[in-house]
Order: sequence, then C-alpha cells, then structure tokens
Amino acid sequence: MSTDQDLYAGSSDTTEGRVFTVTGQDWDSIVEGLSEEADERIVVNMGPQHPSTHGVLRLILELEGETVTEARCGIGYLHTGIEKNMEFRSWTQGVTFCTRMDYLSPFYNEATYVLGVERLLDIEDQVPEKAQVMRVLLMELNRISSHLVCIATGGMEIGALTVMTIGFRERELVLDLFELITGLRMNHAFIRPGGVAQDLPPGALDEIRGFVALMRKRLPEYADLCNANPIFKARLEGVGHLDLEGCLALGLSGPPLRAAGYPWDLRKTQPYCGYETYDFDVQTWDTADAYGRFRVRLAEMWESLRIIEQAADRLARLDGAPVMVADKKIAWPSQLAVGNDGMGNSLDHIRHIMGESMEALIHHFKLVTEGFRVPAGQAYVPIESPRGELGAHVVSDGGTRPFRAHFRDPSFTNLQATSVMSEGGMVADVIVAIASIDPVMGGVDR
Amino acid sequence: MSESDHTDITPENVPAPTGEVQQVGVRHGMFGVHGTGDTSGYGGLTRAISYPGEAQRPYGGWYDEVADALEAAVRDGGLEVAAPRVVIHRGEITFHVRREDLPVVAKLLRDDERLRFEFCSGVSGVHYPEDTGRELHAVYHLLSMTHNRRIRLEVTAPDADPHIPSIVAVYPTNDWHERETFDMFGIVFDGHPALTRILMPDDWPGHPQRKDYPLGGIPVEYKGGTVPPPDQRRSYN
Repeated sequence: MSTDQDLYAGSSDTTEGRVFTVTGQDWDSIVEGLSEEADERIVVNMGPQHPSTHGVLRLILELEGETVTEARCGIGYLHTGIEKNMEFRSWTQGVTFCTRMDYLSPFYNEATYVLGVERLLDIEDQVPEKAQVMRVLLMELNRISSHLVCIATGGMEIGALTVMTIGFRERELVLDLFELITGLRMNHAFIRPGGVAQDLPPGALDEIRGFVALMRKRLPEYADLCNANPIFKARLEGVGHLDLEGCLALGLSGPPLRAAGYPWDLRKTQPYCGYETYDFDVQTWDTADAYGRFRVRLAEMWESLRIIEQAADRLARLDGAPVMVADKKIAWPSQLAVGNDGMGNSLDHIRHIMGESMEALIHHFKLVTEGFRVPAGQAYVPIESPRGELGAHVVSDGGTRPFRAHFRDPSFTNLQATSVMSEGGMVADVIVAIASIDPVMGGVDR
Repeated sequence: MSESDHTDITPENVPAPTGEVQQVGVRHGMFGVHGTGDTSGYGGLTRAISYPGEAQRPYGGWYDEVADALEAAVRDGGLEVAAPRVVIHRGEITFHVRREDLPVVAKLLRDDERLRFEFCSGVSGVHYPEDTGRELHAVYHLLSMTHNRRIRLEVTAPDADPHIPSIVAVYPTNDWHERETFDMFGIVFDGHPALTRILMPDDWPGHPQRKDYPLGGIPVEYKGGTVPPPDQRRSYN
C-alpha cells in the first residue's frame, strides 16, 4: 500500500523526524515506516478529535514501544469565554451561561453560582424550603445521569458496548424527568438566585417515584455486567493508580479522592441546600485505581436514589409552597407556564401586568432588564459535583452584573493527574485512566 | 459548617465589626450613557464603589485561632506579619498577603499542624483597573480537611509589574490554575515550571479577562452599521 495516494494519511520528513498522519485504519503505514527507523521512541498526538478522549482533548504521548514514557494534555479547544460573557449580563442571566459549562452536570454549575450570589445578597436563610428540596432533587438526578455517562463512555472505550447502551438508556429516563420539570433536557437555567424558576408540574412526583423504582431494578444490571467481569477487572484494576497523597497534592476531589479511601464529600462535611437533613452515606473504596472509581460511582448512584426518595417525600408535603424568595426586589417576577406554543410567561401574569397593574409592569420591566444589585464583595460556595469540588468565585462591585465569575471546575483540576496516572503504563491504559477521571471538556475549557 | 452554635452569642462568637469600608471607585449616572445622549436626568448621580473593610479583633469563632496560629507560625518563619489586612465578609475570611511573602505563608498554611490547609482550590484572577497600584488580584481558596475550614488568600500586583511568586512547589495543583490566570490576566507567576498559555491559542495577543481587553463589535447588514462591543453598549451600571 502506498501512503502517497491517501490524501489524509501521508507522511513527511521534518527536522524532528518522520511525521505520519493517521486518521483511520491506516496503521500499516506506520508499521512499515517504523521498520525503516532504528529508533523505538515515537510521539503520538491523539486528538483533539478522537472518540476515546472524552471530547476535544488532545493527548501528546511519548512512547517506547507500547509503554508511555510521557503524557501531556492539550486543552482549550472548547474555550468559549463563558466567564467573560457573564460580566456583561445581569446576575440572573449568568445562570443561562454557566449552565452550559459542564454540560453533563448543568444543575451543579447553576447551583454553585447561585449559592455564591445568594451569599453576597445575604439571603441564604430566606430561600424557601421547597426551592432547596427541588435543587437537591435535581442535583441528585443529575448525579445519576452524569455517572451513567461516565460509566457508559468508559465502558465503550474498552469495548464493553452493552454497558454503553444500557447506560444511555437509563440516562434518557433522567433527561425525560429534567424535561418534565424544567422544560429542557440540558441548558436548563432553572436554578435562579432566590430559588428555582418554576414549581413542580403536576404528576412529576409520580414520575420520579416510578423512575426510582425502575432504577432499583436496573442498577443491579451494571453490577452483574461489570463488578466481577474478568475482562472488565483486568482492564481497570491497578490502572490509573493515584493514592491519597497524590490526590491532595494535585487537588483531586470527588470519586478519585473517595476511591483512595478518604470519605470527603462536601454534602457531608460542608453541607449546603439542606443536605445535612438527608440520610445518606459517603461511598469509598480502597484501591485508588480506575476500578475503585467505577465502584464508587456505582455506589453513589444508589445513595442518590435514597436522597431522591427523601426529597420526593418532602415535596409531596410541600405542595403549593413558594419556590422563590419572598423579597420582591430579588425574586423573578413572572411565572412560567406551558401554552399552545410551548413554555413561556404564564397568561395570568401577562394579563396582570398588561391589563391590571401599571406598577406590576414597571416592576417586571425593571427587574428583567436591569436586574437587582448585589452588594460589593466576593464569595466562594463550593459544592460536591459528580466530578468533585465545583466552586464559583463570584465577585461583585455592587452593580447589576457580575464583576467577575470564576469557576473552579473539578474536570480541569482532575485532568492534571493524567500524566501521573498513565506514565509508565501501556497506551491502552491511558484511555482507561482518563475515563476514570471523567473529564468533561465543556467544564475544563469553559 | 463550623462547630460553633449559631444561637451562642457570647462575645467570642459574635462576628467582628467590619470596620471602615474601602472605596475603590465611583459609579456615575444610571444607564451607562454619558454626555448629551443622557436625557435621563440621572447623569449627575454618583455613588461610591466600596468593598468590605478590614476586620477588627476579635474576629469571632475559629477565625481568631487561624489568625493567631498563622501569625505565630510566620514569626517563627522570620516574617513580621502574615497578613497586613484581614477581611471578614458574609462568613468568609480573607487574608491579604504581600506578594513577596506568599510562598512562605502558603507553605506554613499547608504544613503547620494548627493550620493544615492541605487542599488548594486553585487561583482566580480579578482585574480591578481602578484600584491604582494594585490592579491585579490573585485569589486563592484554601481548604483544611483536617479542621474543616476554608480561608481565602488575596495577593495583588500592579499592572506595571505583574509578577506574583508561584506556589506550585507548595500546591502542585496550582500548575494549570496559574497557567490559566496568566493566560487570562497576564499575571506572571515567577517560579512556575512552565508558564504558558493553556486555554487560548499560543500566539494569541492580549489577556482576555482583563477589563481593558478590547472587545469586538458585530457588523450588521444595514447601511454599514455595527452592534457596538458589549462594554460600549447602553446598559445599566
């Protein structure tokens, strides 16, 4: 086979040595080419468009044979300037931007930002109980959907396609619940400063309870497929090892930290949104490897189900309670409703502001266009996202827009561990190590 | 959060008075328009932009413990004072540290057994163009898992000399965080093992998160018009 004929799989000589471009099943050309070179050391540039790298992540691997001697990450391919954009929108509109960062756990992005804004507004105690319970409910549903994607794509990358198909099958059920409750499958912008955008729709609690019952039947399938599967264990056990000291030095949090045996979970240690009132356990494992992280995620989904059940019981009791702070200077004035043309402002509200009260119209207009002012200062309220400590450093100069919003995303921090987890191992183990970190590039690059 | 009981109002548990506020700028008008375009009647309105001021002793709760332990530790380390300014706002304590002291203070915060801030949540840059002489701020959030406490360190550098010592040697996790802050704000972290851009392309001019970074307008197909850049649009301020 001549490599010259394939436009996309050629080779060229540079001062650094011979460069091969491989896009598909063209590995023959590399084998041929390498047999001519005496040197065993090759540098493989994987990505940024590679199906096994979790989005647009670029890996630069230096190989001796099949052993990785150096692994480096190139990131930034999904940088969209969300933090900068938020500086030119009102505080409430900021939610619409930050929900798009880590697209597998949107509610966590919203929640940490909103908790920071509420702390600056000094209304943390005034947020209604129902809003806090709904936040917890949505976040735990989101934890399940996020862990499912992690397990599903991680399985796909090592050839366990059934894990992928059942993982996405269950995730779809969670997204259906999100659609029912917020109107959208992702990019919800549902958690707002002062509460949440909308009350639970009728019938939502039954759907949630049905989902929990179904998940209790389906989750054991993952354990049956993977936990003792010799191929699965052979690929994951001892791979991507990082002990507790390594985790703390590199700032790793979330499942990698708990798989190293340390039960650190912000929901328990520094509770927010009323997590201290829920009954659940922090899951740990003691192997500090990819297999341990998988088991931690699997066990955490069971705990999330427990929390969801408790939240559903509370919501049944809180029927008709407010979901937005009582302070009219902060609370979003309109209520949403589903009309003939989809979700929008409720007709009752439109009738009120357009037909009944000029003051209500002015109030709506001022709050929606100008927004509220947030006292000057800075706040950082981290939460336990599916990937670890997610925090928003929110700075206000007393204006109607964030002066600065910086997100400490766990994907960004945890991805730094790629090199220590994969150097000295095999090329195939790099993929497993990265999958066990579960980076989401939308969160890494923001 | 902390072990202190919220209903306990003995003097050591009452939050400290925040002292004087620190004025850093002035806000003019109401609607972001200036000159003859402003017909709102609010053009003469000025309001001070002020940040929470220095906290007075006693700070209350565990804040005093941390502050005392830090002061004692730095005196052993050869420095006179750890944090010339301490701010407590909304239950979060901020130690303003001189930039040349940062590596020493960070190492003590990590290693001293009364402090034990093992976990650093990275660095976040903030650009205050009106805070003359200290325009660039680097903000570090530290977590002590041993004592379950969080503090914030704030370090400043002037625009004319944007250098802050790196603390990657103390907290290796700050490797990428410092690269990001360099990329976005142009703060040079001296001593960082490889301070290169991380999110923007390598040959990108400027540092996008700075407040003076030029923003682009959007051309519209109507008589050569453009939507002005976001910082020049009419907006509430």
